[in-house]
Amino acid sequence: MKTIIKLICVTALLYSSSGFAAGGSSPLFHVNVDVDNRQSLQRGAKLFVNYCLSCHAASYSRYKRVATDLGISDKNMRENMIFTNQKLGDPMIVAMTEKDGKTWFGGAPPDLSVRARARGADWIYSFMKSFYLNEKATRGVDNKMLPGTSMPHVMWELQGWQDLNPDYGHDKGSNKGNHGEESKPPFILVESGQLSEEEYDKAMTDLVNFMVYLSEPAQLKRKTIGVGVLFFLAALGILAYFMKRDYWKDVH
Amino acid sequence: MSNKIMDVIQWVDSRLPVIEFWEAHLSKYYAPKNFNFWYFFGSLALFVLVIQIVTGIFLTMHYKPDAALAFASVEYIMRDVNWGWLIRYIHSTGASAFFVVVYLHMLRGLMYGSFKYPRELIWIFGMLIYLCLMAEAFMGYLLPWGQMSYWGAQVIVNLFGTIPWVGDDIALWVRGDFVVSDATLNRFFALHVIAVPIILLGLVVAHIAALHTVGSNNPDGVEIKKNKDANGIPLDGIPFHPYYTVKDVVGVVVFLFIFSLVVFFMPEMGGYFLEHANFEPANPLATPEHIAPVWYFTPFYTVLRAIPNPFGGFLAMGAAIVVLFFLPWIDRNPVKSIRYRCALYKVNLAVFIVAFIWLGYLGMQAVTPLYSQLALRLSEIYFLFFAVLWIYSSQRSVKFYIGWFLVFTAIITGYDLFRVNEEIADLTWKTWIIPVAYIFVTLVVAAFTNLDKDKSVPERVTA
Repeated sequence: MKTIIKLICVTALLYSSSGFAAGGSSPLFHVNVDVDNRQSLQRGAKLFVNYCLSCHAASYSRYKRVATDLGISDKNMRENMIFTNQKLGDPMIVAMTEKDGKTWFGGAPPDLSVRARARGADWIYSFMKSFYLNEKATRGVDNKMLPGTSMPHVMWELQGWQDLNPDYGHDKGSNKGNHGEESKPPFILVESGQLSEEEYDKAMTDLVNFMVYLSEPAQLKRKTIGVGVLFFLAALGILAYFMKRDYWKDVH
Repeated sequence: MSNKIMDVIQWVDSRLPVIEFWEAHLSKYYAPKNFNFWYFFGSLALFVLVIQIVTGIFLTMHYKPDAALAFASVEYIMRDVNWGWLIRYIHSTGASAFFVVVYLHMLRGLMYGSFKYPRELIWIFGMLIYLCLMAEAFMGYLLPWGQMSYWGAQVIVNLFGTIPWVGDDIALWVRGDFVVSDATLNRFFALHVIAVPIILLGLVVAHIAALHTVGSNNPDGVEIKKNKDANGIPLDGIPFHPYYTVKDVVGVVVFLFIFSLVVFFMPEMGGYFLEHANFEPANPLATPEHIAPVWYFTPFYTVLRAIPNPFGGFLAMGAAIVVLFFLPWIDRNPVKSIRYRCALYKVNLAVFIVAFIWLGYLGMQAVTPLYSQLALRLSEIYFLFFAVLWIYSSQRSVKFYIGWFLVFTAIITGYDLFRVNEEIADLTWKTWIIPVAYIFVTLVVAAFTNLDKDKSVPERVTA
């Protein structure tokens, strides 16, 4: 019996530590996104088209839809967010072909339309904050979330450059990288960028927020509609219940 | 009703007996008056079937069964098709809901002995429906053409490859290619949208026709047809319509409420209904490090993985499903309802439910040494449930109980001795206690106590 109890306890413990299983490491940082924060989405969209969209496509999404959902005027969108000769109704694709991608990066940069659903917001946020200088890496920079990644640190102007913190992971007890347990940060900034650390975090939160929106534009209205549907069903349920009770009066 | 309408009905009825049909199956089909909560799931299953067919039709209007276009066409539905996201979420949630409802429906059958005489054929048809449903869900899951779609199909189709001699040819025949590819996607689409649904609908008709021939069981397991009034109407029966139609409407609305909670507020259900990895397009060159089927297949997936030999695992998984078909002949006790059955059956069924859910949980986890031992032990419990049920569901002598206890212990221990090695010795012998304790309680303890003693069944339904 004791063995069984022990086994149940052990399995219960092991079960509690499951999560995303999409490859790479588990997230180092946690991010709170809020797709109802329109300003954050707009800032994120700006970062996205400026920094991501030159290599990564978001081909399932259309500029027009983003403009409508985020409250950006058509004119503003056309002048400030579309850098190619594409039209508003076009999907957000890039000029770089898959073949070029393979030649330049060893693999085509993945489409980012649904990336946030595949990886999760925390993972992308952590990824954007985990580039560090590494002489051994091809581009002199590596990423702790996806070691050996061929993606350069495109945000270096904003964040600056960071090194791995040699003290990280030497706290006693767990060093699994769960947030909150570790007192020392995983990285040290060695060269500042245009933004302070807080500003960079905020910018990345905006970017991830936009990518979460981008992965499922329907979520902006899904919940609102859902509330209406639930109210309707609740009312219908009450009616149905009383109808049932009335019909069943004579059943003993 | 106005005369005109009656005339039309009369006109039709003299050419097609619609009134007779209506009466036979609704207004004069007498169902026991004591149906409880568990009796909602039959009509709900039918309701979900309709949901799936209707949403499925709309999805096929925009979906493209082409390896180069499938993934994008699903995202097109999610973004550019008006209300496409809703139709898709209803269909994806509906798939899981179907299994929730069907599992509860089957559990109801286990609880109240609905599969027993004279309803064996209803159970067989039900099991065939369940098989079709699994095929339908498996093939439908390939269609979004995500990583999990692709690799899940790859793993399952490869199972056929484990069959000796002819396996590779069968797998090749199923796929239509050497790997899962465009050819596979196309044929799975055809099977998913037309072939299996037709069989499914036919089986549902047979399931209900057989049910209406013998009449419904109820939570007391009493045959209401044994007590009829002067007009030949069962004393404890009430017409299905309007009584159960109005009652089932309540069930449908409550179901829809919970269903909508998922559809509108958590359509991925934390990765259980829509797996995260499936938002990555299928890539035949990159195997995901962790391939897990959707939750409703995971109990059987664990049975598959519990046996290291691939063909052995395949057979075990098949047996786990096939054994259910024989339930009416395994459980020989004429007492139907769990209310009047022995304490042993209650304990046994509870253990079975826990084992089934636990097997399901293990199927979603990556394999560890402990988990693979647990998977085997729980699989043993799964099969032993039926074995011990066959034993105690009939009058048995103490010798018979003890004899079978020794036989099962020998089989379990024998298999352990056959498979054990230094690495897993410790875990093997520690977990050995699980199935042995189970048969000790269900056979040895039962032999010397009143655990296997049933209560007397009342003449009429109780509520």
